Amino acid sequence: MAGTGKAHLRPQGEAILRVEDLVVEFPVGRTGLKVNAVSGISFDVLRGETLGIVGESGCGKSTTGRAIMQLPRPTSGSIVFEGTELTTLSGDAMREARTKIQMIFQDPISSLNPRRKVREIVLEPLAIWKRGTDAEQGAVVDRVLEDVGIDPQRAAESQPHQFSGGQCQRISIARSLVLDPEMIICDEPVSALDVSVQAQVLNLLEDLKRQYGLTMIFIAHDLAVVKNISDRVAVMYLGKFCEVASSDALYARPAHPYTNVLLSSIPVPDPEVGFRGAAVEGEPPSPVNPPAGCRFNPRCPNAQDRCRTEEPAIREIGPGHFVACHFPLHGGEAPVSVRV
Amino acid sequence: MTTQAENRVETGTLIEVRALKTHFQTPRGVVRAVDGVDLTIERGKSLGIVGESGSGKTILSRSIMGLLPRYGTIREGSVSFQGQELIDRSPKEMRGIWGREMAMIFQDPMTSLNPLMKIGKQISEPLMAHLGMDRSSAWETAEKLLRDVRIPEAGRRLSQYPHEMSGGMRQRVMIAIALACGPTMLFADEPTTALDVTVQAQILQLINEQRRERNMSLILVTHDLGVVAGNTDEIAVMYGGKIVEKAPTRTLFAHMKMPYTEALLQSIPKMDQPSHSRLAVIPGRPPDLVNPPAGCRFAPRCAYARERCQVEEPQLVAAESPQHVYACFYPVGSPEYLERKVELSRRTDTNQGGR
Repeated sequence: MAGTGKAHLRPQGEAILRVEDLVVEFPVGRTGLKVNAVSGISFDVLRGETLGIVGESGCGKSTTGRAIMQLPRPTSGSIVFEGTELTTLSGDAMREARTKIQMIFQDPISSLNPRRKVREIVLEPLAIWKRGTDAEQGAVVDRVLEDVGIDPQRAAESQPHQFSGGQCQRISIARSLVLDPEMIICDEPVSALDVSVQAQVLNLLEDLKRQYGLTMIFIAHDLAVVKNISDRVAVMYLGKFCEVASSDALYARPAHPYTNVLLSSIPVPDPEVGFRGAAVEGEPPSPVNPPAGCRFNPRCPNAQDRCRTEEPAIREIGPGHFVACHFPLHGGEAPVSVRV
Repeated sequence: MTTQAENRVETGTLIEVRALKTHFQTPRGVVRAVDGVDLTIERGKSLGIVGESGSGKTILSRSIMGLLPRYGTIREGSVSFQGQELIDRSPKEMRGIWGREMAMIFQDPMTSLNPLMKIGKQISEPLMAHLGMDRSSAWETAEKLLRDVRIPEAGRRLSQYPHEMSGGMRQRVMIAIALACGPTMLFADEPTTALDVTVQAQILQLINEQRRERNMSLILVTHDLGVVAGNTDEIAVMYGGKIVEKAPTRTLFAHMKMPYTEALLQSIPKMDQPSHSRLAVIPGRPPDLVNPPAGCRFAPRCAYARERCQVEEPQLVAAESPQHVYACFYPVGSPEYLERKVELSRRTDTNQGGR
């Protein structure tokens, strides 16, 4: 799958974040081998837009989110946020830049310090950056806590363990908002929550995005959740992008065989649809030794010889719909002998 | 395995659970994790138990099987398995049933296997203990089981350790161990929650195939209504330690009666909704089972609750079809429900824009 190619990037200057040729590799002990977590992806996010990144575990979606924050610094590539190249910033300058890009993690309970009062946790970023007087800081914290639906009085008296998982995620969101960031990177923010609570948090994120004028990157494995919250969705597989499109177009007409497999693997809560069985054999291969050509070719139902040798580049197959596949399910020039 | 399968009666009741209670003594007080549950499991049928975390679904399945902590547990009621009462059996007396008659697949394939033991040994252990096989025939059967669960190169895999396998493969090994002695009753507790969506579909397909082939009964415990919709004959919805609605799968989805079931289904983001759709939420959170609310346990979160729901506890009653039971005074479709629904839609209309 492809990855190479930037056809899907919008004109420079329009985007608040522009990532080009991002590569993140991790060494495997002292073996000289390396994990190819992210292998040359490019994407951009417009101001006020929500970009969803979906994929299975190990596809590099979380690494991508963390690489934007320079946690750790990527192996190569360029990340430009509001005109500033983040990859070459000094440590101090990067710390300052991180006040504009905040992150929310999957496990809301372990991402909060268990020994501290919730209000102090939310206040800490303001104290570190000495934003305003104590009174001003307190006012900001109380307002943000109200916005996320946590009683400031209770937050002042209680520790994280006295709150439920959903409430802890609200507290994490409050902490990410007090510095008034431009962008929030949400890494699986609702996957640890029950469905009834998940809906509350997703609605809250939509409200806050509007209220605080945020740009969002939403990383998750649950396609239905990603579809609901995103404007544009990128599908990732083994460190590469397969398909990038508007959320509604991607789900209505998936063009990459992998997107199609993902969509048809989701169990639908409707017995009339029934269980559709497994759409694909096997599991993703190891990112230590990714396959040549298109990375999805060993599992792809439509793979041809060309897919095993030549890596497909991202190209536009419809307005705003980009795919990295030699033989896409639609919009290809000559989809020879491709059966769906 | 085959000898048992031949002796098996094809239909009829396998397990009958009556007024089952499972309470735990904790420093905070008594947690009423399962609080009066009746269930019947037919041979060869699959039952889905659905609920949110803390609803008691996992404890219910473990309580039927008798896999509970020894101290601080209060278990009352009746669990009858093939006509034998299991409720007062000690773990020692249960050992002949565990593995051989009832087996369980757990959620986390990473921690449920012994990391220091070869796969082959972990599968052949129950075969030797329960079926009295010798080492070499157990090893052979283990290889056959690995082929049954579609693990490629089964012979080579037998001498591997769990860490050499992926999560999906390990879950297949767990299934092979559970199937080893040909159980009549298989419990699967969130068997696919730790797996990726493409692998989840493979594992669900495998469990279903094996169930049909071996005429096993299955209890599938999950929080995901999507997983039970396509994979079970019947569904029981749990809330606050009780079954609040139970029906054949198609009936449940077509004619759900309990506002909780409806709200649970509505809160799931759907693929056919346009993006940025407002999700229906259930306000608040599940009840504290140390001090469950009086009356209906869902009443404090229910949009359709009335005064009666706060004080009187609804019992399970039959819907139009007798296999469909629910515990609600004002079920979906009742005049009171419809009246409230009109009020609610009026309220959201006037509130629009206010969000």
